[in-house]
Amino acid sequence: MSMFLLNIVYAIIWMIITGSFKPENFLGGFAIAYLILWLLHDAIGSHSTYFSKVRQTIGFVLFFLKELFKANIRVAADVLTIRHHMKPGVVAVPLDVNTDLEITILANLITLTPGTLSLDVSDDRKILYVHGMYMEDLGAFRKNIKEGFERRVMELLR
Amino acid sequence: MIQDMLCAVLVILGTLFIVIAGIGILRMPDLFMRMSCTSKATTLGMGFIMAALAVRFPHLEIVTRALVITLFAFLTAPVAAHMIARAAYVSRVPLWKESVVDQLCNRYDRCTCTLESCPVVDDSMTGRFRDEPATEEPRRDEDAGV
Repeated sequence: MSMFLLNIVYAIIWMIITGSFKPENFLGGFAIAYLILWLLHDAIGSHSTYFSKVRQTIGFVLFFLKELFKANIRVAADVLTIRHHMKPGVVAVPLDVNTDLEITILANLITLTPGTLSLDVSDDRKILYVHGMYMEDLGAFRKNIKEGFERRVMELLR
Repeated sequence: MIQDMLCAVLVILGTLFIVIAGIGILRMPDLFMRMSCTSKATTLGMGFIMAALAVRFPHLEIVTRALVITLFAFLTAPVAAHMIARAAYVSRVPLWKESVVDQLCNRYDRCTCTLESCPVVDDSMTGRFRDEPATEEPRRDEDAGV
């Protein structure tokens, strides 16, 4: 967190030095300051998780976009072809995440990927019930959610 | 020139996804699948159209607005879809007759609609198989007084 504040302070210093207070200049200064801090954070002995969090966030967004496109194309193919290939079903997925925020993000992500829809969370927050359109293999379906989305959500928020 | 072409491609992609979502509403056999193919495809389509907007008018204030609109659509659409689907399940909208498994079956409390968790989740396909079309069979909470 202190690294993030330092990054903002550096960006403001950059704006003062270059004498332009446009938002574009702030973003440029922020990027340059990030680069410098990233190069130096070992040397100044910082144990901040800021850099790994930024990397994980970018990785997470890319992963999510990939899943989104893959699933969208699969559903689109199913909508446009004559025969239905769906094997829908409701599956209980045991949860490892336990705070409200993590469950909300996980459920939202599952709902955002086409073909899956989170229906409800059990009252003791142990099980998430997911409706999926392609249930060829329940184990693989669970594994996909747990090791794809849930692991990344946990990495990101802990 | 390239900017216009990129913009056109993005708009066409976006509208294509929305059209497919519209066809999906007509073609999908039950409410849950309709929800799961429409709410997302339209969100993605809107994301594409917003990207086209950002490409066509590359000013910071328009790009940031397009980003924020996309962000809020991605935040709110799944909540709405989730609430509609849950309401549908609680009010006993039937699943498609070829559904493979329903592990949420009989897990709602009859009166309060509180949801228990099953003690053990086994990874095999031992949920409730729906191999034969058992459409007449009451699916859950047979004599619920909800």
